[in-house]
Amino acid sequence: MSTQTIASGDRTILPEGTRMIPVYVMGKKYMLPETLTIQKAIEYAGYQYIRACGCRGGICGACPTVWRTMGDYQLHFGLACQTVIEENMVLAQLPFFPANRAEYKLEELTATAETLVALYPEILKCVGCNTCTRACPMDIDVMGYINNAMRGDVGRAAKKSFDCIQCGMCSARCPAQIAHYHVAQLCRRLYAKYIVPAAKHTASRVSEVEEGKYDSALEALTKMSAEELKELYVAREAEPFDSEGWEPEDKANL
Amino acid sequence: MGYTPEMKELIKRVEATRQERVERTQRGEYFTPMTLDERHDVLSKFHPDYMEKGRVAVRVGANKGDVYPEEVVACIESYPRIMPGQVKLDELETKSADILVIGGGGGGTSAALMAAENGLNVILATKLRHGDANTVMAEGGIQGADHEVDSPYYHYLDCIGGGHFTNTPELVAALTHDAPVVIGWLEKLGMMFDKKEDGRMMVRHGGGTCRKRMHSAGDMTGSEIMRILRDESRSHKDKIEVIEFSAAVEILKDANGRASGALMYNLETEEYFVIKAKAVVIATGGNGRLHIQGFACTNHYGATADGLVMAYRAGASFAFLHSTQYHPTGAAFPEQNVGLLITEKVRGLGANVLNIHGEQFVFEREPRDVESAAIIRECTERGNGITTPVGRLGAWLDSPMIEMLEGPGTVERELPAKFMQFMRYGIDIRKEPMLIYPTLHYQNGGIKINDRTETGVPGLFAAG
Repeated sequence: MSTQTIASGDRTILPEGTRMIPVYVMGKKYMLPETLTIQKAIEYAGYQYIRACGCRGGICGACPTVWRTMGDYQLHFGLACQTVIEENMVLAQLPFFPANRAEYKLEELTATAETLVALYPEILKCVGCNTCTRACPMDIDVMGYINNAMRGDVGRAAKKSFDCIQCGMCSARCPAQIAHYHVAQLCRRLYAKYIVPAAKHTASRVSEVEEGKYDSALEALTKMSAEELKELYVAREAEPFDSEGWEPEDKANL
Repeated sequence: MGYTPEMKELIKRVEATRQERVERTQRGEYFTPMTLDERHDVLSKFHPDYMEKGRVAVRVGANKGDVYPEEVVACIESYPRIMPGQVKLDELETKSADILVIGGGGGGTSAALMAAENGLNVILATKLRHGDANTVMAEGGIQGADHEVDSPYYHYLDCIGGGHFTNTPELVAALTHDAPVVIGWLEKLGMMFDKKEDGRMMVRHGGGTCRKRMHSAGDMTGSEIMRILRDESRSHKDKIEVIEFSAAVEILKDANGRASGALMYNLETEEYFVIKAKAVVIATGGNGRLHIQGFACTNHYGATADGLVMAYRAGASFAFLHSTQYHPTGAAFPEQNVGLLITEKVRGLGANVLNIHGEQFVFEREPRDVESAAIIRECTERGNGITTPVGRLGAWLDSPMIEMLEGPGTVERELPAKFMQFMRYGIDIRKEPMLIYPTLHYQNGGIKINDRTETGVPGLFAAG
């Protein structure tokens, strides 16, 4: 190609000869250029998002989308910003689902099965259909972590659900009406707060900061000229890439 | 799906030099970092902030005469959405609270939580969902000097050096002083930091750091922060009311010139309403989605400079708004991912940045502006960029080095979101490098504040 495009916002540059394919937005047919994501294709069709659009990068959970291909019974699930359109897709977006988030104060809880079952009794109604897992756009083993939660294995549930973006597709599909992603959120917070050991060095640094240990050093830095700062900057000792057991020679400002 | 045959052919050149580069890293040898003079040279010739093109002087307000990107100036100088007299405030539906927080990201939600902890009633209003913000998009980590070999003193030096010694000193001091406290606060709220078995925080180098202080939660650090802040705010429903899909239009002031609330607009019912408050916190994020100079952008849909405009019209001023951060590693391929952030953690884990010949041309952990300018220079002036099928330029980020340096399984463990995002398009980043080009990331300046986040307009604060 003769011209090089360095910058064009985030508009997709369509390669020459891009084919237009039929896509049904909430049942309404549009001819849209293939290779676009569902999100950009819907915008290309002329829609402007108020809901169902967020980070545009697959991490915020605003744009969960359900689709079928015309003529096929099977439902598919994905994020509009991450899924490329296909011919004869029939799309519906589900930007909100009314899943119940239990009332609790984290500091009053314990990391046990009893806590989870008391706050989310519906997890015991899981019928094991695995529809939640199949609906997850992040490929999380949703039913697996609900099973962990049921047994009080808070740690496994926390780790298994870590990639959750809380889009709510699992809960939208669940015949037992479980609020999976809220259960997972609780498990992760319980795990991090009560099961993983607290960082002792963080706690002691927080005390040092609060006792004012660094106030005078920082105060002095704020008063330095750029030249004085440059000297200190260039003289910094760099912690190596592999720094197990490394200690700086100059410890006066630690 | 995946790389084209032409690109696969070029990747062979990267593979040809990889083993040797890995061995060099293992020996602790790196591409020579630039001196301060070399940094200045590459920045002044290649960084978009230093170019005259696309920049104009503001014609109105407290910063009249200052030169900013033309996209920002167009917003600042635009006519108001609604003229005084077109709405009668006392006839509109009115809500009230002690504090109005505008913006539902990490900054706004933290402000709401801290106000609630101090017994105040808060309304948090956001034009999207609560949590729809750039916070969720932060991947690599959050910095705070909480290790024994580190201290706020070194964090201060790294920070002000990265800012070429031009930052506002009191703000750098506040940031580096409070950072370990914030890390401790997030830990207590139940954030799943990456930790060693004994609870020690795992930390890595970031661009331009002399000590490892980048704390992470996989490559979803910001998402994890936002999840716990939002969940915690839901435990304070008696104190924090969240109003979604409602944008603030103008800051309202009382007869004494004190910020006293905002005129709001419900995006769904298309109705105006009023929120009265004793103080207003603007936490609306940046201006990335203005796509300054046509650059691709890592930002959230909502990052459209709303807060800047409102605060300026209310009488606040700007600082450093001329400065925009281009993150060196935005995706340049596949086309569906263009502009998306590829976390600094990839370079923190040891991946080199390479040109079309598979050669290094820059140390991979320069400060972001220097790294970006060096990549732009290599791809444009030196003509060593890789061209994508649609004509974009890029350099390689050699992610397959990561598992050679840190062992099998590292990529999926440390970079799960990135791994998945590329696998969707048939690119296995454990085996193939990523194509990258600088992308719009931060609005470096913004509403001018002091170390208490005061804007100068009584009762108006800015954060985030």
